[in-house]
Amino acid sequence: MERYLTKNFDVQDSETIKVYLSQGEGYKAVENALKKMTPEQIIDEIKKSGLRGRGGAGFPAGLKWSFMPKDNARPKYICCNADESEPGTFKDRQIIEKDPHQLIEGLIIGAYAMGVNTVYIYIRGEYASQAKILQNAIDEAYDNGYLGKNVLGTDFNIDIYIHRGGGAYICGEETGLMESIEGKKGQPRKKPPFPAGYGVWGYPTTINNLETFSHVSHIINRGADWFKGIGTEKSTGNTLFGVSGHVKRPGVYELPFGVSLKEIIYEHAGGIRNDNELKGVIPGGSSTKILTADMIDVRMDHDSLMQAGSSIGTGAIIVMDHTTCMVRVGCVLSHFYRHETCGQCTQCREGTAWMHQIIARIEKGEGEIEDLDILLDIASNMEGNTICALSDAAAWPVQGLLRYFRDEFEEHIKQKKCPFTDSFLV
Amino acid sequence: MLSEDARRSVEDSIKKYSQKKAAVLSTLHIAQKEKGWISEETIEEIAGILDIPSIEVKEVVSFYTIFNLRDVGKYHIQVCTNLSCSLLGSRHIVNYLEKRLGLGVGKSTEDKRFSLSEVECLGSCGTAPMMQINEDYYENLTEEKIDKILESLGHAQK
Ligand SMILES: Cc1cc2nc3c(=O)[nH]c(=O)nc-3n(C[C@H](O)[C@H](O)[C@H](O)COP(=O)(O)O)c2cc1C
Ligand code: SF4
Ligand code: FES
Repeated sequence: MERYLTKNFDVQDSETIKVYLSQGEGYKAVENALKKMTPEQIIDEIKKSGLRGRGGAGFPAGLKWSFMPKDNARPKYICCNADESEPGTFKDRQIIEKDPHQLIEGLIIGAYAMGVNTVYIYIRGEYASQAKILQNAIDEAYDNGYLGKNVLGTDFNIDIYIHRGGGAYICGEETGLMESIEGKKGQPRKKPPFPAGYGVWGYPTTINNLETFSHVSHIINRGADWFKGIGTEKSTGNTLFGVSGHVKRPGVYELPFGVSLKEIIYEHAGGIRNDNELKGVIPGGSSTKILTADMIDVRMDHDSLMQAGSSIGTGAIIVMDHTTCMVRVGCVLSHFYRHETCGQCTQCREGTAWMHQIIARIEKGEGEIEDLDILLDIASNMEGNTICALSDAAAWPVQGLLRYFRDEFEEHIKQKKCPFTDSFLV
Repeated sequence: MLSEDARRSVEDSIKKYSQKKAAVLSTLHIAQKEKGWISEETIEEIAGILDIPSIEVKEVVSFYTIFNLRDVGKYHIQVCTNLSCSLLGSRHIVNYLEKRLGLGVGKSTEDKRFSLSEVECLGSCGTAPMMQINEDYYENLTEEKIDKILESLGHAQK
């Protein structure tokens, strides 16, 4: 198993262009793409590689790129999504801190392929030091002729700008993100129209996750067939799994899609703290449905997790040992969505508030048994008919918890208190 | 009023966009860094610089939680209480900070040096529990670590 995204993470000063260029492949992909490939050839190569978005939905990147209009009559934009606000997710940050030039290469190649001259990197506002590292890397790329006018003597021009967000999860949603770039509240837009037709300021726009762009230079250097050979048939390449919670070695692990959840938890992340018993795992960020301890043989790829009734999401794995009170988990998560709903859609605005209220009540020992069906009713009402997917994302974790840990909710109601004396506090 | 330096940074930000209004978030970041919070006066000033009605600046300031609409302490301590941090004791961290600083969540110390907030996931889940003070992250927190951090910020030992 070869790591390519993180291979230089341990090298001293790996964020500098000097180290990046000395590592052999540095900016070779840009050179080859701009001088030896046509935009169509690049999009075909990305399509062939099977690269899927790493921001949560897993949409094929090459296909998305091919939706952009081919003519250059109007300005076109790329937005790189570095909002990274899905609880449990801390992977994009590592690329910025430790190897930002592979991202910049991906952005240049994507821009050339789609005929884009202006790229915005939307980075969450709290990542202040990361924004500085990234700006330094961008400045270095300008100084070395990879950005700006006539890149490497070609007639291709590109500018990359950083846009800092302001602490709102909803700005990670692609249309909320575009509103935010325009200097407005980050309230998602109705789709259609889709960004490739009507994006930032109404111009054609492509939005991809930061990690998605970071795979691109490697695909160009080594070919779609190499990339397709890693992972599974429908989930190709390596990906970054972020492991947090009750494990001995939390962190970001670069592994091929299809690796088992068990291997990630017990081999890479070192197993459960104090060798405790495992109780549940959220496999792909706070929005994905929880799995129980006996389900961890599941392979970590899009199809396998879908079959298991969950989703790979952002690859953010949150591990919980036997001390964990699942009602408290529900409390924390529903609080988050209640706080982050933008309020445009009634089901989402009201639903997130009710869910949190009810779960908090149950945790306090003041719940009624009817509350459980009410929760499921609210959740199913929130699914599928709102402007954006935050509403679904809020419903899923609650459905997941009630599916596998309904007995714990019932026990709170029967005993009129939380029975988990060793659990984390809320 | 924003300083000369800040005004220059704002002018640079405006150049990134095809419309001036898009620079409102950058401008607010610049202003907050200089002033610590966003006052009515700052809102009016920003509206003037960007040629937009002040209501449009106000809307943005109140939507994005990163901007302080009141004068917070010199050091704004924000503890993440989302899931990965909660699992590893962020409630305990909040309680300990409350005790050490003698103040509740959402409050500031009388000398305006410290204020304390709870926030959602900050992307440090692998190094939980964590907090952010102004722009800096402090990770893998323990009581001892908090003591040292507070001391370095001029908060005397108990
Ligand atoms: C509520 C919500 C929050 C999201 N937050 C993020 C985020 O922080 N980062 C991200 O890359 N994608 C996020 N997404 C997904 C984006 O809408 C979009 O699908 C993604 O950036 C596309 O990039 P990809 O195809 O490369 O994954 C979010 C979606 C929703 C509904
Ligand atoms: S689903 Fe929720 S977050 Fe999304 S637009 Fe509607 S109210 Fe806003
Ligand atoms: S849960 Fe605290 S930083 Fe992510």
